[in-house]
Amino acid sequence: MTHPVEAQMAVEAVSKSYEAGLRQRVVLDGCSFMLEKGKLTVLIGPSGCGKSTLINIMAGYEKADAGMATLEGRPVGEPAADRLVVFQETALFPWMTAFQNVAYGPRVQRKLPDKEVEARTMELLERVGLQDFRDKYPMQLSGGMQRRAELARALINQPKVMFLDEPFRGLDAMTRELMQEYYLKLYEGSQQTTLFVTSEIDEALLIADTLLIMTNRPGRIAKTLKIALPRPREPKVLTSQAYLRYKEEALEILHEEAVKAFSGGSKAAVDFLEAYADRDQAHS
Amino acid sequence: MATINWKKLRKAVFSKTVYRGTASIAVLLALWELGRWLRMPILGAAPAPSEVIFLLREIVFAPDFWENWSASFKRVLTGFVAAQIIGIPLGLAMAINRVARDTAFPVLEIMRPIPPLAWVPASIIFWPTTESSIAFVIFLGAFFTVVLNVLGGARDIDVRYLRAARSLGSRPQDIFFKIVLPATLPSIFTGMAVGMGITWEVVVAAEMIAGKSGLGYLTWSSYVGGNYPLIVIGMISIGIAGYVSSSLIRLTGKLAAPWQRLF
Repeated sequence: MTHPVEAQMAVEAVSKSYEAGLRQRVVLDGCSFMLEKGKLTVLIGPSGCGKSTLINIMAGYEKADAGMATLEGRPVGEPAADRLVVFQETALFPWMTAFQNVAYGPRVQRKLPDKEVEARTMELLERVGLQDFRDKYPMQLSGGMQRRAELARALINQPKVMFLDEPFRGLDAMTRELMQEYYLKLYEGSQQTTLFVTSEIDEALLIADTLLIMTNRPGRIAKTLKIALPRPREPKVLTSQAYLRYKEEALEILHEEAVKAFSGGSKAAVDFLEAYADRDQAHS
Repeated sequence: MATINWKKLRKAVFSKTVYRGTASIAVLLALWELGRWLRMPILGAAPAPSEVIFLLREIVFAPDFWENWSASFKRVLTGFVAAQIIGIPLGLAMAINRVARDTAFPVLEIMRPIPPLAWVPASIIFWPTTESSIAFVIFLGAFFTVVLNVLGGARDIDVRYLRAARSLGSRPQDIFFKIVLPATLPSIFTGMAVGMGITWEVVVAAEMIAGKSGLGYLTWSSYVGGNYPLIVIGMISIGIAGYVSSSLIRLTGKLAAPWQRLF
């Protein structure tokens, strides 16, 4: 039995370019994809391929030159609490405690009584393991705790779609792994429609339902992979045969893209190509 | 509940830093005293610390001495508070409103390079009393620093905070009161602390020119009257008054922006 796929959000032929001196720099060119309701879609691509621009357009911070982003079939407008972004670096308000940060959305939206807001905030803080740090300022929290507080600040609004823009970048390797496991549990408990942007292939495959592979600039989707690994997912999935096949396939596509970018004059692709060549040698 | 950590306090009081500081002040005073005794050039003409201390013992009980303190403090406070009341809202308005910024900025930039003391003659002419003209000059001393600090602070707010606030459903007044204002608070206090320093410079000079009371007047009239130890007492009083004022501002700033202490 197959269910019809329900698109919560879609990006339809979006193009965007910026002025770079006298020339136009095309960042996105006819980029299309969709986010399935309740699913975790991961977008992966080389650095500078327009991932952040895409999120800015979907969240409403920027306008597309052509094409559009739609939420439940309607074009998106101004930024709103139904589409929330968790940024690359922490954007917690430094002058508010963890509790005040998480409670901020419901408080300014004024849809719930104060008591209810407080109860929900505490519940969210507990879910991300920060109940003992409710009165700490962001500066007093570790990098991992800041990321968790930020996830809680977004989740409390029950957005229709959540965007995570390389949320674990800048964390040390150990914390990053812990955060990935943490995030997996959080997602699997909430089934929140999510677009997760990353440049790490292992992180992408560990958490994704759908993997979107993006091309080098001008960015569009090169390939959509359905990741049919079982849930709840455990880090040990990283050693399974199925996982390795997905990884092989994804790397193949990323490699093709890097070759194209390299012949197009991109210096950013060199590192990837060198690493890929080393890997091939190690295999044989 | 604030309890005093005696161990920490003792450590702070008997630290090497305090010891060195005390030693350097003691050496300075000793050299000064010695210079006076040996009739060294420059130092020989100045009153010795012993003379100053001798006079100080009498003067701390004289009411007119403290009246000079309060006169200067009143002037500083009047001009300073006025500068905050007008300067902070103006800086914020310029930060969030383009029309306000474009209109006010050129005028401010023309007025700003004029030293406050250059305003003394004009303000004596324009204001009805000497007192109000001195307060006006003090106001000018703090005003520009305050406006520019507030404007700079509010304009420098990280765009991520503004984006997050917009996404989370803030109305414009939420953005102003819950994001822009607290984010600017540290700059407001920096502006206040710098402005306070300028204020004391200005009040002393203004009192020397036009005053009939105050610490600047005390210092100048002691010179005119030939009471040299009193000049030194006037100078040290000004130093202490300025230090106390800026300490109070720093303390208030720390209390008002507790997240800033945590770096």
